[in-house]
Amino acid sequence: MPKKQAKSKYTADRGFPGAFEGETVTRRRFMVGTAHATGAIATSAILLPALGFAVGPIFEEHEQQWQAVGRVDEFPDDTYVPKVIKLVDGIGEAGHTTVYIRRRNPELDTDELPEGFEDEQFVVISSRCMHLGCPVRYTDAAQRFICPCHGGVYDFQGKVDGGPPVRPLDRHYNRVRNGVLEVGPRFSVNSELRRFSPRDPGAPLDGVGQYLYPSRPSIRKLDQLPQE
Amino acid sequence: MPKVKLPAPPLPEALRPAPKRPGSPSRTPVESAAEAGAHIVDWVDERTSLSGGLRWVLFRKVPRGTNWFYTLGSATMFAFLSQAITGVFLAMYYRPDASGGAYESMRHINDNVFLGEFVHGMHKWGSTVMVILVFMHMARTFFFGAYKYPRELNWVIGVALLILTMAMAFTGYLLPFDQRSYWATVVGVNINGTGPLVGPYLSDFLRGGAEFGATTLSRFYAIHMMLVPGLIAALIGAHLYLVMKLGTTAPPWLKPKTADELTEERA
Repeated sequence: MPKKQAKSKYTADRGFPGAFEGETVTRRRFMVGTAHATGAIATSAILLPALGFAVGPIFEEHEQQWQAVGRVDEFPDDTYVPKVIKLVDGIGEAGHTTVYIRRRNPELDTDELPEGFEDEQFVVISSRCMHLGCPVRYTDAAQRFICPCHGGVYDFQGKVDGGPPVRPLDRHYNRVRNGVLEVGPRFSVNSELRRFSPRDPGAPLDGVGQYLYPSRPSIRKLDQLPQE
Repeated sequence: MPKVKLPAPPLPEALRPAPKRPGSPSRTPVESAAEAGAHIVDWVDERTSLSGGLRWVLFRKVPRGTNWFYTLGSATMFAFLSQAITGVFLAMYYRPDASGGAYESMRHINDNVFLGEFVHGMHKWGSTVMVILVFMHMARTFFFGAYKYPRELNWVIGVALLILTMAMAFTGYLLPFDQRSYWATVVGVNINGTGPLVGPYLSDFLRGGAEFGATTLSRFYAIHMMLVPGLIAALIGAHLYLVMKLGTTAPPWLKPKTADELTEERA
């Protein structure tokens, strides 16, 4: 049996009524394509804004204001004074957090200060545990920060002393205005107390950690020092 | 006469209705009234043909050896239905307001609302029951080998349902918004964040930002009461369809019966 001859791609050759010369797309195929395209446009017109609405906060940039916490003479350099600052607006108590503050001790605190902050006089340590985010408290008798959830222990400088935490406790930028200490945005540190943009608990910053747990748009701005 | 006939139980001869005497009226008004229900069913069935589907669902052949372990799947589904019903009614009193309203509304449900503590308790303990039942159902399927061909897809759907159930348990845990809820959620979201590369974005998505904020609670509430239950209901439908379509397996201790003529020949 002879092989069936392939159909011509021109509709005129295939004997379609009303075919134009050189026309290759049948009207049926054109209509099907148009209907599908219309459906796709209508669906994405609903779906895309809804999706963007849901994932939008991932790309939103946050800012943190400077907050006055007390007069500079309240804070000694051999122990921590707890103070409450506001992290998030509009949710009352749940948006507050404790920070532990002491004066910088030149013998102990030999970490390099970043440009523009060479005269930082205080150490402000966040109470967020770097294991999974529970609140640590400073225990004066042990001179250590201890986490109640999974037994994380940090030394006097906030470096990991034991338990599951993966990096030292986060800190806050601080400055003195008219004799009053002001606490600024949070930042994270690696085990040598080098400063990084704030990361979530559980994200190590030594070695490849800073690339495996990247800075995101929602926190990147906290890295830059807020202006007046 | 209605076309739908209900299956009649086999009765002893003494109780069976006597056959009609010839010449008596074909139907008394009482008999017609008794048939009203059947007529309504008939009317609906003539327009929908539902009875065929119902027969397909309910009158299936079941293998020999079917036992109580086979009820775990239905038990899980009824746990889900109980969660859905109590959840809808809890939502009538609950306020997802992170600045204290959520905790207050839960306190109001537990302390003031008639049967509030009971319905909240059913939902709270029911979630644990559902998770336990899901795992028992999964263990039954595994140990009976019921995941094998041709039921692999049903196993995959079941795993998706397991993950969604865990998502329900996780998002529901935050809603009472007491200390335990708050810190458990902080820890849970940060565990999500420990995944390399995508983890930080995932925890931002769950929190609705870099910090636990005003939208976190409403986000969890929306996921808990709308997104995940819809998915679970749809997947339960697919799961059940495949059970109807493929039937259930016999327990593994039953040997397949060899045909008689084969055994005779061997003897």
